[in-house]
Formats: sequence, C-alpha cells, structure tokens
Amino acid sequence: MSITENNGQALPRADRALPWALVTPALGWTLLFFVLPFIAMGLSSLTAHDGGAFTLSNYSEFFTNPSYWQAMVNSLQVTAIVTVISVLLAYPFAWILAEQVPERWQRLALMLAVLPFWTSYVVRSYSWLLVLAQNGVVNRALTGSGLFNEPVQLANTRLATVIGFVHFFVMLLTLTIFANLKQLSPSYRKAAADLGAGPVRTFLHVVLPLTLPGIMVGAFLTFVLCIGDYITPQILGGNNELLMPQLVMMQIGRRGDFPLASALSIILMAVVTVAYLACARWLKIERA
Amino acid sequence: MTVNPASTNALSSLKTRLRAACAATALLLATGSLAQAADLNALIWCDHADPALLQPFETANNVKVNVKEFEGTGAGLAIVEQSQPGDWDVMVIDSIDVPRGVEKGLFEPLPEDKLPFADLFAQVKMDGSTIVGGKRYGITEKFGYNTIGFNKTKVDPADMQSLASLTSDKYKGKVAIYDYYLPVIGMAALAIGKRTADLTEADLPAIKAELLKMKANAKLVGEVTASQTALATGEVDILVGGGEWVTAGLAKENPALDFSIPKEGAVLWSQSLAMFKDSKNKDMALKFIQYIMSPEGQARLATSSCYWGMPSNTKAALTDDQKKVLRFDEQPQFLARAQAYPAPNADLDKKMQDMWTEMLQAK
Repeated sequence: MSITENNGQALPRADRALPWALVTPALGWTLLFFVLPFIAMGLSSLTAHDGGAFTLSNYSEFFTNPSYWQAMVNSLQVTAIVTVISVLLAYPFAWILAEQVPERWQRLALMLAVLPFWTSYVVRSYSWLLVLAQNGVVNRALTGSGLFNEPVQLANTRLATVIGFVHFFVMLLTLTIFANLKQLSPSYRKAAADLGAGPVRTFLHVVLPLTLPGIMVGAFLTFVLCIGDYITPQILGGNNELLMPQLVMMQIGRRGDFPLASALSIILMAVVTVAYLACARWLKIERA
Repeated sequence: MTVNPASTNALSSLKTRLRAACAATALLLATGSLAQAADLNALIWCDHADPALLQPFETANNVKVNVKEFEGTGAGLAIVEQSQPGDWDVMVIDSIDVPRGVEKGLFEPLPEDKLPFADLFAQVKMDGSTIVGGKRYGITEKFGYNTIGFNKTKVDPADMQSLASLTSDKYKGKVAIYDYYLPVIGMAALAIGKRTADLTEADLPAIKAELLKMKANAKLVGEVTASQTALATGEVDILVGGGEWVTAGLAKENPALDFSIPKEGAVLWSQSLAMFKDSKNKDMALKFIQYIMSPEGQARLATSSCYWGMPSNTKAALTDDQKKVLRFDEQPQFLARAQAYPAPNADLDKKMQDMWTEMLQAK
C-alpha cells in the first residue's frame, strides 16, 4: 500500500507529511554530517596541495607509489585476519551465552561482554603493549615455563595489532550474533529434529543459515571499524608496516596535505562500500 | 472554532517560558562574550597544557588561558584556517616553520625590546627562521636534540658516542626509531657525513640506504609515548631520534636512562612562540609570551609534565637537580656539535616523507 493512498483514496495532507516529518531529522543529520563533508572531501581530493587547481594526481599517486599501495594491501590483510578470527571466536561465545547460560545470568554475562567497550582504544592498546612486551606477562610465562629460552617478539608486530583488534571486535560480534540467536524460534530446531536431523546437521542446515545475517552485520561492522582504525596499529604494530589510516595521518601531520589525505580516505571509503555491497548482495542471495 | 481556556493558558505559559529561555540564552551569550574578552586562546603543544605552567600566569593576570593541543605544523595551520580571524592569540610552532605562518599572513611581528633575547642561548635564536623580511615573528622558548637516548646499564656508553653504533649488529633488535621523518633523516645524514643545512634531492639515495640499515636494526618506529614506553620497559635499549625529552622525564623512575651527542653531531630541535596578527588581545598575548620567556616560566615549561626540554633562556629558574637531569651545564658543548633541523622546501619535504614511508614499509 502506498503511503499516499488509503483504499484507493489519497491520504489527507497531514498524514502524507507525517512520514517526512519523522524522517527529516535523520535526513538532515545525514546530510549535514555525512553527505556535505563527503562532498567537501571529494572536492578536496581533486585539488593540488600547493595551489588548489583541479588534478587527479592525488589518486594517481596512490596507484603508482608502491608504498601507498602496500598500505592498502596491509590494511586488507589485517582486516581480513581480524574479521575471520573474531567471527570464529564470537560465534561459540554467542552460542554459549544464548543457549547455555541461564536466562537470569545472561544480563550479567552481556555486561561482561561489553566491558571492553568501556575502555578507550588508547588505554586498551597500551595495556596490550605492556602485556606483550619483552618483560610482559606473556613472555614471562613463556620463559618461566621453559617453553622458550629467550623472550619472543610479540609487541610491535602485526600479531600484536591483530590481538588488540580481536580483543575489541570479538565482543562486538558476540553481541550481534547473540541477538540473532535469541530471535531464532526454537520451533525451527524442533522441526529439524522431528525430520530426523541430528544436532550437527540442524546447526549446519538450519541455525547457521538463519543466523548468517547477524554474522554478516557483525563482520561488516568489524571490517569497517578495523580498516579505519589508526590507534591500535600505531601503538601495537610499532610502525613496522603502515596501514591506510596511518598513511592518511602522515599526510596531515607536518605537511598538511589535505588533498592527498582526502584522496586516500575516499579510496578507503570505496573499499568499505565494495565490502558492504558484497555483504548485501550475498545476504540477498542467501535469503532467496 | 472554540478556544479552550486551558489551552490558552498552556500556550501563554509556553510563550512565557520561551521568552524566559530566550532571555537566559541571551544573558548566557552576553556573559560568554564578556568571559571571552578576558580569555587568552592558545594553540599549543602538550607541554603548555600543564596546569603548573598556566595557573601562575592565570592567577597573576586574572585571565583564563584556553588551550588547544595539536601535533604537527600542518595540523596546527589547518586548525587556524578553519577558525575565524581573531579566534587565536598565540601559537607554539616548530621554529623552522615560523616562515610558513608568516607566508600565510598569520603572525604579528614581536617587539624585540620587550622580550629577553639577550638572555637566550645564541644558537637557538634561529634568526634564519624566526626573522622574515627583517622582522622577528617567533621567539624560541624550548629546545633540545634529536639524538641517541639509551639505557646506560644495557649498552656501552662509549658506543653511543658514534652514530655508526646504530647500524651495528651488536645492537640489532635493541633499537627503536622515533617516528618523525625530518629529524631522523637529519641523523641519517649526519651518520654519512652530510650537513643537514645543505641537504638536496641528490642526497636522498644515500640517506635512504642509511635509514634502511637503521630499520633493519630496529624493533619499532614509534611516536613519543610508544618510543618512551619501549625504552622505559626495556623493550629496546636505544632510541634513535630521542634525546632529553625522552630520558629527562623518566629520570626519577629510571636513572639509567641517558642521552648522548655523538661525535658526528645531533639535530637541534626548537619550538617558538608566535602571536597572531588578528589577535583581539595582543597585550595579554605579549604578557603570556613574556611570562613563558621569564626565568620562572622557562623553568616550568622545561619541566612540563608532558615532556622535558631545555629552556632557551639561560637564566631559567631551574633547581640544581633539574639542571643536572637536563645537563644544563653541558649545553655550550652540545650546541657546538648540533646541526640545524632539516628545513626542506615543499617539494623536497614531500620526497623526504615518501622516502620515510618506504622505510616504514621495508621488511
């Protein structure tokens, strides 16, 4: 039914205006804080740093400078690793929370799950740096137990960056998957059991496909937050390889090259858009 | 249409409340502007945010100093460009970048006769940068060296007298590099016998080779806090590009930390204070600069909780202990061996930054 029609008759003007009135604040917000800045950034990316003349050189620089290109490759690799590990860890967590933890304890369990969000990125990253340092808890345990004679380099590596990210995002994913599992009616599993499916088959053919939207939404959020994060790789990665946000920040710090920083940000945003479209398309197929 | 008296009363009440709210808002705005007139707005580096530095000035002059921190001249100038003329009164800026602000028409010439130029260490006046077109636009307030910071219980202090040690196998995996391309490129230039003031594009391949050797020895390339943490926790024993600003602040907790000015020299960094041309509060801005340059202000700035550094005023009211940590008495010898901070033009600056990016990406 069209919102302008009511049994074939046009709705009163006030009723037609209501949906627009309700949606206008959100539209205004999006326009003001996303669309306009995005247009400004797009225009900035097409100007030269020294004079403001129109140029595509900021984009061509990204594709021709191997160091810049490598930053994108590094970002995609780290993001993919973090997303996969987070999904693999979060699903069992969410399952245990939704299925094994008694209802009365679930609220407390959920609160514990969101605890990492109460700590700032910076504090969390520096905490991990101390934990993973040469004299940190992990290395002391490894050398103290006799597993290693020498401390292992954990801090200031890609592994440290991945650990820092996973610590944060696994809980984000747990929450989205948990919400999906809770919405799943027990009738589906009963029906599958009635039809002779065992627990594994029920999970693989009923539960998992029906919770895929939750996984995909959480994975997409992880992807977006991870690929755009500056703090964690900067502190934990030891700058031994550059990721895209660090490359963007480098352009701004001393030289104030906002056009190149804008171009790199637009490219980063294009990658996120492609990821979103891929998720959306895949989900649509699954639902069909 | 009938009018409900209750509705009328409600409407009337609403109007009254709206009027009251408008009046309150107008009063608040007026108070705000009055308050703003007594404020001083400073665009600063983190050492100026220390209450121990600001409060004595605020109390003495009955003024509120509003500070905004930034990192990197580009970011600072971007904040100014996005502000209204007159929003800012003073700015802390890399001495070598004072001309960038002058070119943009931002700064007001400083009255030399009202500032203690005669008391400054001669080498840190940085006339080449702070004087533009015959007028002085900046005064150096703090300085130091991008050099070698180290833990003297873990390395041989004699080795730290040569930049060659930074690339020797003896310290492989024991080194951190400070993440700022200009000073570390300057140190790499010193290591291969080039003068920082004369660097050209032709020097970059040799400097890049030296940087890559440093990277091969390094465990990390970190900004101030990360590199300081690495040195403090024993993750590394040497910091390339770090100096007194890293070790001085940690001296109480870890007296083993020290810095050296190797025989090849070190890179002199310095920060200046400048006054905005459009400042609406130039008298107070000048008072602020005079306070920062006074012996008391200099001592507080030098030992700021964010980072320590040498005061540019030789008469800074530091205690003997503070002077010892800063190695105040050795400054004349240090300054004699220090070289200028690289000050490339825009094109060379871009090439240097790209070279730094390549170094960071190198395995």
